[in-house]
This record gives sequence, structure tokens and C-alpha cells, in this order.
Amino acid sequence: MRMKIEKRFYITKWQETFIILASIVLAFFSGAVVLHFLGVSPLEAYGMMIKGSLSDFYGISETVAKTIPLVMCSLAVALSFTMVIWNIGAEGQFVLGALACTALVRCMHIDNPLIMLGAMGIVAAIAGGLWGGFAGFLRAKWNVNEIITTLMMNYIAILLLQYFVYGSWRDPTSLGFPMTPLFPEGARLPQFFGTRIHAGIFFALVLVVVIWVVVRKGIWGYEIRVSGQNPKAADYAGIRSARNIMLVMFMSGAIAGLAGMAEMAGLHRRLQPGFAVGYGYTAIIIAWLARLHPVTIIFVSFLFGALFVGGENLQIAMRLPLSSVQILQGLILFFLLGGEFFRNYRISLTFKKR
Amino acid sequence: MVKMRGITKAFYGIKANDCVDFDLKGGEVHALLGENGAGKSTLMSVLCGLYHPDEGTIEVEGQRVEFRSPRDAISKGIGIVHQHFMLVPSLTVWENMILGSKDLPVVIDESAICDKIKDLSQRYGIDVDPKAPIWTLSIGEQQRVAILRMLYHEAKILILDEPTSVLTPQEIERLFSTIKHMKEEGYGIVFISHKLKEVFEISDRITVLRRGKVVGSLNAREATKEMLAEMMVGSSDTGEVQRARKESATKSKPVLMAEDLVVRNDKGLIAVDGVSFTLREGQIFGIAGVSGNGQGELAEALAGMRSIESGRLYFVTEDVTSASARHMVDLGVKYVPADRKGVGLVPNMNVAENVALRKYWHPPYSKGFFIDWDEVHKHSKSLVESYEILTPGLDVPVRMLSGGNQQKLILARELSDNLKLLIAMQPTWGLDVRATAFVREKLMSARAGGAAVLLISEDLDELLALSDELAVIYRGKIMGIIEGPGTGDIERIGLMMAGISANS
Repeated sequence: MRMKIEKRFYITKWQETFIILASIVLAFFSGAVVLHFLGVSPLEAYGMMIKGSLSDFYGISETVAKTIPLVMCSLAVALSFTMVIWNIGAEGQFVLGALACTALVRCMHIDNPLIMLGAMGIVAAIAGGLWGGFAGFLRAKWNVNEIITTLMMNYIAILLLQYFVYGSWRDPTSLGFPMTPLFPEGARLPQFFGTRIHAGIFFALVLVVVIWVVVRKGIWGYEIRVSGQNPKAADYAGIRSARNIMLVMFMSGAIAGLAGMAEMAGLHRRLQPGFAVGYGYTAIIIAWLARLHPVTIIFVSFLFGALFVGGENLQIAMRLPLSSVQILQGLILFFLLGGEFFRNYRISLTFKKR
Repeated sequence: MVKMRGITKAFYGIKANDCVDFDLKGGEVHALLGENGAGKSTLMSVLCGLYHPDEGTIEVEGQRVEFRSPRDAISKGIGIVHQHFMLVPSLTVWENMILGSKDLPVVIDESAICDKIKDLSQRYGIDVDPKAPIWTLSIGEQQRVAILRMLYHEAKILILDEPTSVLTPQEIERLFSTIKHMKEEGYGIVFISHKLKEVFEISDRITVLRRGKVVGSLNAREATKEMLAEMMVGSSDTGEVQRARKESATKSKPVLMAEDLVVRNDKGLIAVDGVSFTLREGQIFGIAGVSGNGQGELAEALAGMRSIESGRLYFVTEDVTSASARHMVDLGVKYVPADRKGVGLVPNMNVAENVALRKYWHPPYSKGFFIDWDEVHKHSKSLVESYEILTPGLDVPVRMLSGGNQQKLILARELSDNLKLLIAMQPTWGLDVRATAFVREKLMSARAGGAAVLLISEDLDELLALSDELAVIYRGKIMGIIEGPGTGDIERIGLMMAGISANS
């Protein structure tokens, strides 16, 4: 028997889907092995996760609440990935958006919810945009690798957050907990049906449509796709790459920043260090899984939302550490990247009679 | 010396070699002839150990062999000189010689190696200085080093992959005399080419491949051009363009004027060094030269893709020295780059998206912030029809198209919508005979339509057949311009390609 590795010429949609599903199944399978060694029954654990996240109205509503920031962050990174600019910094841009809108609430409160929320959204988008745009500027001007700068800036953002909530912004009545006071009524996005699903869901859905239209139909979207696929052809088409790199990083950061604002005004209604639980990183996996397609991002985000909620349930019910859920996420990414190999190559086995 | 039987090798499930037999005797030059993609290089890569055949056997000197790597092949005396020589430019000649040698002593005896090199070079009339760094050598000299390297490693069988494609006519002559010399010494030589003329001049036996199969194997003496052409392409079209008689297009209106252009390459070195010429309506202006003498940089500068260091560029009366690529397109200056998939197309995007590449920013293809894809599709459809581009549809990624159809697509895009000047860089490189003829015909019809054409090519026959004026470029300088060039000028052109000025 001989094994041969050949480059694939063509891959059908069906094969592609199969590879992704197989990757996820394998990830859960190896996750089961990990769970087994943690001393719990994998079946029971997975059952608990599904029960917590998808089995009843409350669980689903919690999953949707987590889906909102995931969709927005995933759209943010997907936009930059379209140009093959690797914005790994959605987490930091998300935090910056939250910081900026909290600052606005603290120092300039306007007693009109529409204007107030509008202003919060704008400052959050600008703050996230500048945070991302700075990395874009470095890349465009001096070819500084944006993967490294965006990643590093995440740490700066999170430390900034801690500086404020442990410091001058801390609520004096919080009994020493690191958190700001609750936002006033006019700076809150409404929540629906007595659940934690908030109006940020409309931000997410509108953005899905806008990004789809801009990337598929728009001139700018075409330019970033060409730049991403073949930078030399972009020069040939007279596309100003440097400008587009800065712009795409700004837009990407702005979307993540807006997600941060929605999370603040819609869900937490106050700044606290625990609100940044890694949506910005998970978004990278989601965008990749969804093949950068905005509509697919909704579904994949929902699945990951369920994973988050199920993971919380797992922590509570089975007393497993948070890191066990992170291991599962890591495994999914690991198998997906492995699956990538099979998208590009195929292995054929030939049985030869001697 | 070599006996290959039933060699089959498939890529992507397509058979590049399908049950091919090939023999080589000592003291003969065996030419392997075929179009691009006929499977010549694959067959030879199998012979030199680069590929492992799916099926078939190889015998060397009557002994069955199985090569796992090129090193195995070299140890059996089989050496290949690739089109790109695979030498290390920063190392000297002798250092390159010993690269890949097994069992080198800890302390290398430089003088012994240099003596051996000198010895070999005297025997075969290949003179090189063993201590010269590779980058200081001309392409022809580098090729001699690559050949010598194989002799140094005691190769008895030498495979030359398209050895003439980078040489000036004089250098080709020199290479041929070396080959003849080696033949007399009993070497077996495989000469890969798709140029009929050269194959006739040098070879004793000719094997023709088409689509991975052997069409026939015959003695050079018995063959005729027409026979071989028919075997290569399946019809007796020799692919030579009939020169459309140039109606006296004397001194028509200038379209583009370059004055003392200086352009730098990506490394910041001067690649185009004070070039001046005038391109006129309804004329084809050819530029000949060995590749890497500044042609690419010149073409990019004219197309607005590379900044011009000094000098002036005028389009009719407008100064376009610092014009952008987009502005040049808007003026009607179109460009067919040499690297189709690397520059001219976005391989992963579909046909319509690639048609849009150089048009999308103005109406009717653009509408405000959006692209009118319906309009682009309509335009693409008419281009695909009128240029007979073979594609399963407009939504197919262009990487799925054959090289010929990719080139047709680029031409269709560039020649449509307001054409004033076409810059065509190596437009027929790597194309089969039919596609080559199609491209040349389109260049002629652009000329007939009143556009100026700048044709940059390494194929001298092509340039002679098509150009109204022919310039020769060497190290970024124009060595001379010949008006109405003909076959009688080959000698002169060859000298200029080697850097010897026409006047001296």
C-alpha cells in the first residue's frame, strides 16, 4: 500500500462542509478524552452543556445574549481577514469601545436616551477604530506586522481597563468591588422579554447586512478582496493599498468597539474587569469557521455562544474550571486548522499487487 | 545508457506522462520536443530523481535503478541543468561546484578544486574563472558554470532544460559548440526545447511528446519541420506568423514619449538607465533583450505602477511622469504583464471579477459606492464570446482556466474600452502554438486599429516578425534602435543583446 499526498484542484461545497463537521466532531471526541481524565463522564458533561444552553427558553436567551458580541467581533475580524490583514486585536478594541463609552457616561451625561446612546456608539466606534487603525498605520507606513501589534495592544487595553476600574472610576458604594457605578437609565439599551437579550442584537443584524453588501457589492469591498488575494494585482488595478490597510483596520476596530459599547449599555450596564471574557479571540475562530461569510457568522456565533453558556453551566454543575471550556475551544481550532490541510490536499491510498 | 520504459506520472489526477518510453545512447544528442505542458520537464524530472514515477522503470547502463532523490541520480551520473540554474549568487564558482558533495573534508582544499575546475574547463572549452562570484557573471556564463558543475560531479548524462531561452544568439552558438564537444567525448545529452530550429541544428535523434504521450521518435536527418510541427500540435501549422506587410507607417503621430527615463528596481538599484524612445500610432515598437535587463521595470514605469526616478514621460502632450496606474488606464494606456497569474489576474477570483480589475472605478461599471455587477457580467460575456475564451462560466475562478485562456482574458480586458497604447510584456510566453498565433494576431489588429504597441519579448523571431521598430535593451540602456528590422539584422541584434553597441 502506498500513500500519496496530492494538491487539490477543486473542492466541492459538500466536501468543505464535511471537513468542517468532521473537525468539530473530532474536537468534541478528543475533548471527551480530556473530560474523562478530569474525572467526569463526557456524555454527562456534554449533556449538561446542551441542557444549560439550548434546552429551555432561559438557556437559549442566554446563548443569544452571548451571540451578540460574538457576531459583532467576528464581523470585525472577518472584514480585516478579507484583505488578509490579521487583526488579532478585536479583544482590545472591544475593551476600548467599552472604556470610551463608559468615560462618556461618566463625564457628560445627556438626558435623552437616543442622543446619549448615539453618542456612546460613536465614541466607542472611534476609540476601537483608532486602537485598530494605529496598528494599521504602522503596517501601512513601516510594514510592521499587525499580528504582533494588535496582539500586544490587547494587553494594553486590558491593563487600561483595570487601571480605571480599580482606580478612579471605582464605585465608592461597591464595597471595594472593582466596578463603576451602574449606568443611568438613559444610557442603557433596552432588554427584551425579561431576558438578557438586548437591543445590541439589531446592531449585529444590521452590521451583517451592511458588511455583506459592502464586501460583495461595494467598490471598497472589491478593492480589499483584490488586495487580499493578490497584492500585485491590486497595484496593477491602481488600488491604494496603504490607505486601504489603514481604513480596513479602522473599520474593523470600530465594529469591535461598537460591540464593546453594546455589551456595556445592553448587558452589564457598568464597567467591570470580568466583562472581557475572550470574545475577541473566539471571534477569530468563528470568522475562520464561517469562511468570512457574514450570514454564516451568525450561526457559528450561536454555536459558540452555546459553548460559552454550556461551559458556565459545566462550571457550576460539575465544578469544572473555566479552562476546561477553553481547552475545548482550543481543540476545535486545532482540528479546524488540521482540517485546512485536507481542504488543500488529498491523500490517496493505492493498493498495488506485486 | 538510459532506458526508460512505461513512465507514468500524474498530478491532480491528470497524467503528465502517460506510458512514455525514452532511450539515450552515449555520444548522441537526443532532443525532447513538445509544446509547453507536453510533459517534457516531468519526464526529465523523473529521470533526474526529482519525481518518483507512478509506474514504469528506469535502467541506467543496463542496471535497474530507483531514485529517491536527485542525489541518487547524480551518483549514477545523471545531471540536469535547469532553466533557472539553481546556483547561489553570493558564492564563488568553485564554492557552487562543491555544493551538494558528500564527504567533504573538514578543511577544504580550495586550490585542488580550482585546478580540477580549470582542467575540466580546458577539456570542454568552457572557460570560467573558478574564483569569480556567481553574481558577477552573465547569464551565459552562469549556464556554463551550471554545466561544468554537472561535469565536476562526474555526470555522464546531461539533461539541458530549455537551455537557449535565456541566451543571446552568440551565446547559443557557443553552447552548441560545447554540446558538440561533449558528444564527441561520449556523453549522452538530452536537449529539451520547443524551438524547432535549434532542435534541427543540434540533435541526432528527436522524440516528440504531446499531452504526456510519445507521438514519435525519429532521426534528425529524416525529419522535416512540417513533420515535427504536425507531431507537436496535431496540425501542420508551424506557428510562424506571416509578417503582415507594413504599409509605410512612417512617422505617424507620437503617442508616448520617454526622455531619459531612470527607474529603480525593488532592491533600489538602477534598472532602467536613461532610456528614450517614441511610440507612435499604428506602430509596433519592439524591445529585445535577455531577461532581467530592465524590461520589467520599464514596462511597470510606463504603466504607472513604478515611480520614475528622473527623466520625463509624455502622453501625447500631457506630462505623465508621475501619473498613477489608474490615470494611465483612463488615458488608454493598457498593460499586459509578463506574470499572468502573479500580476495580471487574481487567480482565486472569477472571470467577471477579473474583467472588472482594470475598469471597475468608472461608469458604467461603477455606480456610486457600488459596482454594477450586472453590467460587468454583460461586458464579460461579450468579451468571452468575441475572444473565444474557453471557460465553464463567468463565475469560475480564473485559476481553473488554461494559460492560453488566461492570456486571452487579459488581452480582452486590456484591448477593450479606449485603447491608445498597449504595453505587452512577453505576451506569448508559455502559450501553445494556437494561443500564440491568436495573441500575435490581436497585437497586429490593435496596430491596424491605430493604437501604439510596445512589445517586450525575449523571442527574437516574434519581435522580427511583428515590430516596425526594434530597440535592444542591455543593463537598462538602449543599445540601438533598428527601423524595419529583418532576419538580416540578427547578428547585430545579438551583439547588442550582449552589450556591444551597434556603433562601436
